[in-house]
Amino acid sequence: MTPVAMTDPGIFAAIALLLPATSFLILALGYPLRRSGRAAGLVSILCAAGALAAALRAWSLETPEGMTRIAYEWIPQEAGSLATVGVLADADSTIMLVLVALVSLLVQVYSLGYLDTEPRPALGRYFTYQSLFAFSMMGLVLAPGFLQLFIFWELVGLCSYLLIGYWYQRPEAARAAVKAFWITKAGDVGLLVGIVLLWYRAGTFDFLELYDLVRAGQLPVAGLAGVTFCLYLGAMGKSAQFPLHVWLPDAMEGPTPVSALIHAATMVTAGVYLLRRTIWLFALTPDVLHLIGWIGAFTALLAAVLACVQSDIKRVLAYSTVSQLGYMMTAMGAGFAGAGFLHLLTHGIFKALLFLGAGALIHSVGSNDIYHMGGLRRAMPQTVIVFLVGTLSLAGIPLFGGFYSKEEILGAVWSGGLAGPFWMLVAAAFLTAFYMFRVVFIAFWGEHRSVHGAHGVGHHLHDAPPVMTIPLWILAVMSVGIGLFFLRHHAEPEFTAPAWLTPLAVGVAVAGILLAWLTYQVRAISADLLARAFAPIRRAALARFWLDDLFAGFYRHVLLDLSRLIGWIDRYLVDGVVNLLSAWTLIWGDRLRRIQSGLPQDYVYGLAVGLLLLLIWVQWPR
Amino acid sequence: MPASMPTALPPYVPLHAYLVLAAVLFSIGLFGVVTRRNTIGILLGIELMLNSVNINLVAFARFSGDVAGLVFTVFTISITVAEVALGLALVILIFRVRRTAVADHLDLLRG
Repeated sequence: MTPVAMTDPGIFAAIALLLPATSFLILALGYPLRRSGRAAGLVSILCAAGALAAALRAWSLETPEGMTRIAYEWIPQEAGSLATVGVLADADSTIMLVLVALVSLLVQVYSLGYLDTEPRPALGRYFTYQSLFAFSMMGLVLAPGFLQLFIFWELVGLCSYLLIGYWYQRPEAARAAVKAFWITKAGDVGLLVGIVLLWYRAGTFDFLELYDLVRAGQLPVAGLAGVTFCLYLGAMGKSAQFPLHVWLPDAMEGPTPVSALIHAATMVTAGVYLLRRTIWLFALTPDVLHLIGWIGAFTALLAAVLACVQSDIKRVLAYSTVSQLGYMMTAMGAGFAGAGFLHLLTHGIFKALLFLGAGALIHSVGSNDIYHMGGLRRAMPQTVIVFLVGTLSLAGIPLFGGFYSKEEILGAVWSGGLAGPFWMLVAAAFLTAFYMFRVVFIAFWGEHRSVHGAHGVGHHLHDAPPVMTIPLWILAVMSVGIGLFFLRHHAEPEFTAPAWLTPLAVGVAVAGILLAWLTYQVRAISADLLARAFAPIRRAALARFWLDDLFAGFYRHVLLDLSRLIGWIDRYLVDGVVNLLSAWTLIWGDRLRRIQSGLPQDYVYGLAVGLLLLLIWVQWPR
Repeated sequence: MPASMPTALPPYVPLHAYLVLAAVLFSIGLFGVVTRRNTIGILLGIELMLNSVNINLVAFARFSGDVAGLVFTVFTISITVAEVALGLALVILIFRVRRTAVADHLDLLRG
């Protein structure tokens, strides 16, 4: 362990990492405390607040070029250690740490209000999982090498599974949890293979050592594309890239705060973060980067189309998350990881805000369906304002956080030479503005509709309690604040964006808003007319482009049949040989048993016959 | 060995005739041991087998002119007498206790 001082960001990062672990252990082992519900929540929230403070301190101590590494040898080996665990604190990991700690804290506070009707033991279980998730995500963010990254990568996957299946009595939730687990696992196999292959080539898991190797040009490039592609598979599963994006919309079966934390702000961005961490490695294989860019842009566009036909507010947001993850990945593919990472941070803020806002709506209305809402503008003014802030940010309107990072991405993709993906992203930006304002106009404006939901007809709609609105306001202020910050301090971009980029980006966003306004507010354009004009696309989008059917068919007709065949071989061929041997043993044992009659005369007879045979054998003329 | 003893008697009965007799006697005895159910019958069979061995010993001794075989035979006969006495005594005692002398019925030690 390297000596550390109290001005060392690494030590604060480690404190931030260990606090949620502590609260998880307390809650997991302290049975009565966990069963008590709200008290368990308070323990978890206190630790999350401490983690946020430590993360902020670590971030403020971090300089752009500085890097602190606290590492323990985990698997010692004669020639250096095989694997280390620890904390690698630099500018990227500490800002990400702050994002994780912040959203985690706000979501946990919000959950106290959102899940107030839950039974106490279930609530305690929820906060235990939340603590475990915070710990796992921070461990992933701070990982100094691939091995620790993979361990925490799997841990966040586990937390995602547990929290999606929080209402495990509901079959849809249980199914969605399993689906998410399986599909991300399919990508994770690729990640594991990639990590092992990379270790085979470089002999180390450590990011810094790998970086030194790459910079010294000592890593053989031939065949490296296979390795980076395998690594990308892991990122593809986690960050919901086409065609492994199908789990994310289903993951909305979990509680809404979980969706905000795990499936919008933090865990799904782990893939993007992995690429940000190892972009120097991917830069050696430009073909894979191009593929990442194209898949990212395609995912962004596809998910944006899908979001346009959803009526479940959480599914709209889920597809929008997939779409925005596509944006980030495209920036990575263009080689400008900084732009993608910036969007990751702003998106983390405003998407968490949108999800929590949607949660407040759902909590009040008792339904996910935007057609069950309507006219909420008067009933829930606070929620509507913060939701609008998030929407404008997502749509990419200047002054709001999302605008700058999105423009950064578009500029990066354009100067990265990916013209095709660039226009796909512009189209996706138009659709983003359209589908978000479709939700806004249907749910907030329009006439007041009858409400069918858990709260019953005639229930008076109102804003959520302060425990829920305060996190919303914090996130909303931050969304605007980031925008204002970028307005003042425009960071030096790594590329030169063309001058027409800003008008174009704002133009398509405004056009999207206008179309939504004309269709759903003014009704100058009939929604049915739009639906008819795009009927084939609409039908395909409603069927989710048949991807789920494809996967289900593959599973049912290929995997299951193959498994049956292998099962048959095992049951009848492999087991058959073993059973035959055991049957023979039994039969011959039974037969030989009869020789042991217990009668001395029989033994004498046997002796005599044996002796005779022996004599004959000895005397036999040869 | 005294020189006056002829090595073979006229009309010469050859050695193999003695051996065949002994072998037949041994086989009859073995057959008796294996097939008789009565303990006394088994004992009789054993006696026959022992006597066939005696015939062998005597025949070999006679034909090789070595007295050792004759001496052995005397020992064998005396031991056989002792064995028969002991064996018959055992059989009688068993018969008194179990009221049977059939070997198949003496299965107290059988699991």
